[in-house]
Amino acid sequence: MESVFEATVSRTEDGSVVVMSGTVNRAAKEALESAYEEAASGPGKILMDFRGVDYINSTGIAVIVGVLAIARAEHRAVGAFGLTDHYREVFTITRLSDFMTIYDNETAAAAAG
Amino acid sequence: MVQLMRRRRAEGTESAQVEETASESKTRLIDAIPIPMGDPLEALLLSNGGPVVLRDLEFESAALDGLRQSGVELVVPLIGQGELLGALYLGPRLSDQPYSTDDRRLLGSLASQVAPAMKVAQLVREQQAEAKERERIQQELQVAALIQQTLLPKELPAITGWQVDAFYRPARAVGGDFYDFIDLEDGRLGVVIGDVTDKGVPAALVMATCRSMLRAAAQRHSAPSAVLAEVNDSLVPEIPPAMFVTCLYAIIDTGAGEIVFANAGHNLPYVRSNGGVIELRATGMPLGLMPGMSYEETSYGMGAGEVMVLTSDGITEAHSPEGEMYGFARLMGRVGKKTSEDDMLNEVVNDLEKFTGPDAEQEDDITLVVVKRTSSAQGAASTFLPLEGGVPLQDGGESEGPQVLARFSVPSEEGNERIAIAKVTAAIGSLALQPDRLERLKTAVGETVMNAIEHGNEFRSELDVEVEVCANDDTVSVLVTDQGGDKLIPEAAVPDIEAKLAGEQTPRGWGLFLIEQMVDEVKSTSNGGAHTVELVMNREGAL
Repeated sequence: MESVFEATVSRTEDGSVVVMSGTVNRAAKEALESAYEEAASGPGKILMDFRGVDYINSTGIAVIVGVLAIARAEHRAVGAFGLTDHYREVFTITRLSDFMTIYDNETAAAAAG
Repeated sequence: MVQLMRRRRAEGTESAQVEETASESKTRLIDAIPIPMGDPLEALLLSNGGPVVLRDLEFESAALDGLRQSGVELVVPLIGQGELLGALYLGPRLSDQPYSTDDRRLLGSLASQVAPAMKVAQLVREQQAEAKERERIQQELQVAALIQQTLLPKELPAITGWQVDAFYRPARAVGGDFYDFIDLEDGRLGVVIGDVTDKGVPAALVMATCRSMLRAAAQRHSAPSAVLAEVNDSLVPEIPPAMFVTCLYAIIDTGAGEIVFANAGHNLPYVRSNGGVIELRATGMPLGLMPGMSYEETSYGMGAGEVMVLTSDGITEAHSPEGEMYGFARLMGRVGKKTSEDDMLNEVVNDLEKFTGPDAEQEDDITLVVVKRTSSAQGAASTFLPLEGGVPLQDGGESEGPQVLARFSVPSEEGNERIAIAKVTAAIGSLALQPDRLERLKTAVGETVMNAIEHGNEFRSELDVEVEVCANDDTVSVLVTDQGGDKLIPEAAVPDIEAKLAGEQTPRGWGLFLIEQMVDEVKSTSNGGAHTVELVMNREGAL
């Protein structure tokens, strides 16, 4: 029923961006973890671009928590941008935002150290 | 004696007596004698402009002869804007003296004062007549609309394993579209869609008659072809000349999934089957044209996930601003597209609105009935539930109790919470919740339905998750019911994200916590084998 999740990785000057689209739910686990691994194989910070994401449910939050757990084990900082106001609120309520910096937009995310 | 001849624009004349002289003994009424358009006297009065003494005239004129025979001696034309509005007819003076130059001057002066007033009076009268006619037409349309709205279903059938939706939007001039659902024995459901030619009260009355005949015949015959044949024969002597009814009647065996239908000249149904779009064909003459007609019957076995779409010609014959017709090909293409929302009814309507443009005046009634087999679970006997969408069932301002805005079910399959979210969103659209509160409710509905699908019904697609949307003045409630037996719904605990990130706990377990955080109140009840979770959102700050 839902739009298919896709994740690609693009390199920037100081890190990598995981560009996502579609629905983030349990079905996104493999593709997101695979994209994270690809991003983590390069140097610098990792940003998650949510602009193409239309729906995140609790199983999707679990998938993101799983990716953050891997990042934490690897001592990699992860940031995010492109979240709607509602999902920013969800990330705050679930405290995901305590463990990944949420930026207002791509420019702010790129400019952050 | 004076007779005022008042002239109607564009058609003949009429007259009215306005005055009598003081001496009753010598008073005599002059008959109202019209001056036909094109009569030489008309031309003379217009060219002369002032009072005319008839005995001085020497030409052939029927009006002139008539006036002389009636004893008229002097005619004073009333002229306004170059038009002969009327005339004053005067017989002999009481003194038997001829009319003097002063008399004629006085009468001419009088006429020049009267003519503009007459012109104004004439225009006012015409405007009043037009306004009265407009009011009559408006009242007729209101009566027609009332008849139609009274007879259209107020409820949709609710059948396990099936989803039935209907959309009806009348054109300004009120056409003759109708649809109906007929509860039949043995878990069968009759579905009717039809269109009466003509508009207004006559069409509405024929629709009412036809609907009654269909309902009666549907209880007598088990075959749709026999139902249409009987209604046709009954309708022929009743229907006004040059009127007829196109109609499709289908019987759905909700248990076996078979649809049998017969068609009296109506738009053919489309089915979005699991193998693509199919046009189902059955031929037959429209109802009411001639007696003794027979109707072809066609059947189709609906599989789970398949959708049948019945339409009226108001959809296919709608035009774009460029004059292009929406047409069958576009409708068929639209029916064939399956979106993530899978909301056929709204998708067709939205596509039509996109095609006709936002400012287009609707040309004809638009009617759409969508029948979807949501799962292959055995259908139960139909119950009828209020129509979805807004608050149309409100009755005379009684709004204290909660009002059901929608009731529907989704099969217990992964991802179907998105359908529930879309339907709840559509149902509460008219409540104008603030956008952030709407988003929170949507997330709570998604999580609750997902729990019901996964934990309650354990992904068993033959079990449905039932959803009911209610509202009162203060709150909107969404009730989600699964068939989870006697399992207890656990209390929502605050997830320990540190433990999850450290790998000490599963990353899952966010659903119940999110639900509680998103809405103002969550209630949970069990009744036998069913669990119901009620999500309550205050309507504070609604837009």
